[in-house]
Amino acid sequence: MRRAFDEDLEALQNQMLELGSMVAEALARSVDALKRQDMEASRQVIRNDPKINEKRFAIEADCLRLIATQQPMARDLRSIAAVLEIITDLERCADYAAGIAKITLMIGKEPFIKPLIDIPRMLEKDLSMLDRALKAFVDRDVEAARRIAAEDDDVDALYDQVNNELITFMLRDPRTIQQATRLLWVAHNLERFADRVTNICERVVFTVTGEMREMNIQEPEVEPQ
Amino acid sequence: MDKIKTEHLYFYYGKKQALWDINIAIPERQITALIGPSGCGKSTFLRCLNRMNDTIPHTRAEGKVYLDGEDIYSPNTNVVELRRRVGMVFQRPNPFPASVFDNVAFGPRVLGLLYGRSELADVVEASLRSAGLWDEVKDDLRQDALCLSLGQQQRLCIARVIAVKPEVILMDEPCSALDPIATLKIEDLMRALSKEYTIVIVTHNMQQAARASDFTAFMLSDAQRTGQLIEFGPTAEVFTRPQDKRTEDYITGRFG
Repeated sequence: MRRAFDEDLEALQNQMLELGSMVAEALARSVDALKRQDMEASRQVIRNDPKINEKRFAIEADCLRLIATQQPMARDLRSIAAVLEIITDLERCADYAAGIAKITLMIGKEPFIKPLIDIPRMLEKDLSMLDRALKAFVDRDVEAARRIAAEDDDVDALYDQVNNELITFMLRDPRTIQQATRLLWVAHNLERFADRVTNICERVVFTVTGEMREMNIQEPEVEPQ
Repeated sequence: MDKIKTEHLYFYYGKKQALWDINIAIPERQITALIGPSGCGKSTFLRCLNRMNDTIPHTRAEGKVYLDGEDIYSPNTNVVELRRRVGMVFQRPNPFPASVFDNVAFGPRVLGLLYGRSELADVVEASLRSAGLWDEVKDDLRQDALCLSLGQQQRLCIARVIAVKPEVILMDEPCSALDPIATLKIEDLMRALSKEYTIVIVTHNMQQAARASDFTAFMLSDAQRTGQLIEFGPTAEVFTRPQDKRTEDYITGRFG
């Protein structure tokens, strides 16, 4: 016999996936608008952000309702707790998309100091990681979650590359500094996005195993004095 | 520190086996909850801890039950003294048809604990206070105990246990006949009592086990073996990340 509660949990998960799609779309549109320097499309991303926030609050309310009325235990409890965490990460991911849109508005129509190559790559990587991380949650696939979290290193590497390149531009020609720092901020948002996806992967592991462990911790490159 | 420890405890009602190889160490001055479906041996196990099952004919316990390291099933055990040290509260409140005072004074009198009149009154007051009932009954200790509400009667039964200065209090579904408010009062009381006493409670209410106990033991029967201990650990662990799939299935309601 199927429990009504199982249906509630599945519905909750579907809501979360829907939020994930909204976030992925926001990020894709924000970077696309940047590439095309499309101000209206950027404004659209910003205008859409409150809808994502509302969706997040609606899911949060559902989580609280289920906790209050069903008194979930063990795996059920962990899975609801994980959804609460994941929707927070997703909502912040959407903020990165809105952030990129705002930067696009700042850059305006001035010609790019360089063609955008690594930034679209970061976008592709982010979207792929997000999509697969949410799938890993649905599938309760710990191994997949671990592999996806490890891919955060690739995004970090791309960020370093963008960073180095833009610094070279700035050193060579100080007139590029304004736009270069803005593009750097775009790259930073994309890099943070992948970190949030790593958090989602941690929640997959937590939901399945009950272990709370930080994934993909990097050794600090600079030893603290 | 373990107050009670069992080693390879088996129990039989006649030929019917009811507990299977129970090994558990119950920590002192903590609340341990026993959960599991009906017929899993929770109450049988509880009643082994003060040899209450001895009163049922044709029953037999095998294995060891230690109280402070001493085997309570050894022939030298004074069972009356054992049941003073390990008191019991039952599912339905069972006060004697006597006054509130006499109910609480019953144990000290019967056990011949040497109290003078005023000393006995002190013990009764202290016990009623510990059971959280004093303020509700102090104006008329002569009233008939059966006139109290069920929740008050249950706290009276707890006071009656406390009056003989036990070390362990066994509770067999003490709230199943009570409304939610009376239930919460008993749970608060358990929490307060656990500073002084070791408490073992059988409950069908998993939420009660989750909110009111420090440790949880999950028991289960299968086709071959009745009354197995499946999992035992800190309550917070058992209810958030149980180690055994069967525990998980039971507490998430996916049992069977």
